[in-house]
Amino acid sequence: MVKTLERNLDGRELFASILVWSAAALVTATFCWFLGDIIWHGLSQISWTFLTAPPRNAGREGGIGPILVSTALILGVCLAVSLPIGVGTAVLLAEFTTDASLFGRLTRRSLDVLSGVPSIVFGLFGNAVFCKMLGLGFSILSGGLTLACMVLPILIRSTEEGFRAVPAGYRLSAAALGLSRTTTLFHLLLPAAVPGLLVGLVLGVGRATAETAALIFTSGYVDRMPESLLDSGRALSIHIFDLSMNVSGGDANAYASALVLVAFLLLINGTASWLAEHWLHRRIVTI
Amino acid sequence: MRPSTPAEGTQPWAPLDKNPARYVPKPFIEVEQLSLHYGQKPAFHDVTVSINKGCITALVGPSGCGKTSFLTSLNRLTDLIPGCRVSGRIRLDGLDLLAPNTDVIRLRRRIGMIFQKPNPFPLSIRKNLEFPLREHGLRDREQIAITIETVLRDVGLWDEVKDRLNAPALALSGGQQQRLCMARALALSPEALLMDEPCSALDPLSSGVVEDLIVGLRNHYTILIVTHNLAQARRIADYAALFWVQNGSGQLIETGTAKQIFEKPRDPLTAAYVSGMRG
Amino acid sequence: MSRWPTDRLLLWLLRGVAAIAGAIVLLIVTFLVMEALPVLRHVGVARFFTDPSWHPTEGFYNLTPMLWGTLFAMVGSVLIATPLGILSAVFCHYYAPPVIARPYRRLIELLSGIPSVVYGFWGLVVLVPLIGAIHPPGPSLLAGIVILTIMILPTIALMADASLANVPQQYLRGAAALGLPRWATVRGVVFPAAKSGLFTGVILETGRAIGETMAILMVCGNVVQTPHSLFDPMRTLTANIALEMAYALGDHRAALFVSGLVLMGMIAALVGAADWISRGRIYG
Repeated sequence: MVKTLERNLDGRELFASILVWSAAALVTATFCWFLGDIIWHGLSQISWTFLTAPPRNAGREGGIGPILVSTALILGVCLAVSLPIGVGTAVLLAEFTTDASLFGRLTRRSLDVLSGVPSIVFGLFGNAVFCKMLGLGFSILSGGLTLACMVLPILIRSTEEGFRAVPAGYRLSAAALGLSRTTTLFHLLLPAAVPGLLVGLVLGVGRATAETAALIFTSGYVDRMPESLLDSGRALSIHIFDLSMNVSGGDANAYASALVLVAFLLLINGTASWLAEHWLHRRIVTI
Repeated sequence: MRPSTPAEGTQPWAPLDKNPARYVPKPFIEVEQLSLHYGQKPAFHDVTVSINKGCITALVGPSGCGKTSFLTSLNRLTDLIPGCRVSGRIRLDGLDLLAPNTDVIRLRRRIGMIFQKPNPFPLSIRKNLEFPLREHGLRDREQIAITIETVLRDVGLWDEVKDRLNAPALALSGGQQQRLCMARALALSPEALLMDEPCSALDPLSSGVVEDLIVGLRNHYTILIVTHNLAQARRIADYAALFWVQNGSGQLIETGTAKQIFEKPRDPLTAAYVSGMRG
Repeated sequence: MSRWPTDRLLLWLLRGVAAIAGAIVLLIVTFLVMEALPVLRHVGVARFFTDPSWHPTEGFYNLTPMLWGTLFAMVGSVLIATPLGILSAVFCHYYAPPVIARPYRRLIELLSGIPSVVYGFWGLVVLVPLIGAIHPPGPSLLAGIVILTIMILPTIALMADASLANVPQQYLRGAAALGLPRWATVRGVVFPAAKSGLFTGVILETGRAIGETMAILMVCGNVVQTPHSLFDPMRTLTANIALEMAYALGDHRAALFVSGLVLMGMIAALVGAADWISRGRIYG
């Protein structure tokens, strides 16, 4: 057995402590620098006029009114398409397929792959299918449809979780009462699964709003107020991109637009987290 | 304790007497008026007991009486639980364990612990034993290898695992895992071992093997064992202490030699419990 | 099978909808291939790696400078973000008092939601001039690596955080009972126990690094060249597509679709490698 054991550990433990705290300090400092910069430069520009007025002088002056409208429309199209498909798929996967079913496994696999596809590839796809093949051109509709494809995996995953969280007892009692599965679904399960659905919805909105690469060649660059879904419209993220890269002197408004976008997203993701913790009793992470 | 089998060709080895005559007991761990609170809830209150060196002391009583909490306070594992307060005095060989400047790491080398559910690390068998040794300062490869073989022989695992020391420890059976955990604790040369129902998560066969092992450790180690199994306590304990819930927290009802507790208990509660009428 | 006719209708409706969802990935690959085919037929696959340069207007389609750009940016950022992210998680679980750990974790969660265009914008107006002051020009591989690191850090940090949370308490108690100090416990017990989660985190962050477009586009300078030093401006595959798609026609456009396929191939290779490695390691 061991007779003499020296303690020479303090050096290593101390070094480890310093390393860990330094890492945390570095990360905190970097992020605070970043956030602070955005807030500092952006806050001064924000006003009600900024949020409602149209951009002038290629966006150097004026506001982001039409852009907010376009963004909202693109989001609307995205959700209108992805919600029914997403919820339907989630319901099928959660309620009507077993783990062994081939259809179920294939669908899940393909959704997993879909969630790993880079956003620029979605842009290429959207351009090829919606703009060219379906002839929609650069439009809000094309952009929304492309984003719907991107958002589907998130929506489906979260809604499925929502359904799985519903206790098995509900389904068994419903069956014992002789209720049809359709009735059980619409009157019992769907309402109970709403938290999961909401979380997925909110996460999806967050992802879609942040998206830029998929929209550049699907919804276009036009910064006027759109008049129909077939009009080209500029989303907020594209506006920031354009102001910073293509418009000299556009930095001030770019900061302000960035602040608006960041504030909106923080609100969205914060809501999703809160919903998940309090309704689903689960911590989610918006990676 | 049965010493390890000596190498082939050396002198023959005679088995040690399993029940040597009792020697004069010397207190090793002295507990005075120990109380423990989890936040506002008391786990046990005002426990005073003396644990004798080299003997097996059984802590018995129904669940929820604070036996496990008492055990974990002895090696200051309660420090890890947020909101846990311990008051009173614990002396190990005269050393005050609850003093703020006590070297907890050194303490936990002197007092080892075996948990109810076997918890080998998610590493190989060899690494499970090697890692704590290295961390406590032993670097010599040969010494480590010798220690590993010695403790594995002492717990009776050597023949079973000598060919697969690099296999994952989690692949072993429950009984083997528990014996591995005991080997891991023994490798650090502790003076006392705290065991929290070490056999309750094992099947009867493994349970018997582990129990025999514990008996074999007597005299060389001071053993404190929490057990629900009265029959087991009767079989192996030299001393016993009964815990019970009274006034909303655990209390030490009676303590004494095993013979006295199980055959001539003084307190009526003890008498009722050991005869199976209560608890 | 259920007696109710609505049930059967519902089932088929749901199946149809799920089939659409499942088919999207196939459609993506199909359309990419369809759009890429013309140039693959005229020009052949080999020239995408052997042509003298990338000059589609003159008929040169060498993708390798952009490939190197993508690879260097990815490797650099993953090498920095992984230890920082894992140490952040260790900090939250084992070193920080709860009053610091909670806000720190919230901060990282917050930052995982920030869009890449905002990171890119900040990089462009703050980081690039800074680097330019040290070693002109500013837009460079280094800027790309730094921004990418900041972007993928939350991914690995949050995955690591979740994996560490799942390490069974009994390992920690066992280590404490053996008198093992904190870092020894983290290094020797927690990391092996959290192995598979940490690995998944690394795969996720690498995938994100490969696929990132906007931020990299905004800070890397967009010169088509293989970067030979950290301060060289360069262009990644993703940035290439984003920059040229707007005006590309014919073979040029098809060539961009080819690079889209290459990207998909890289992601597929990543996931395949992950599968193959984890088969051996995680269960071993």
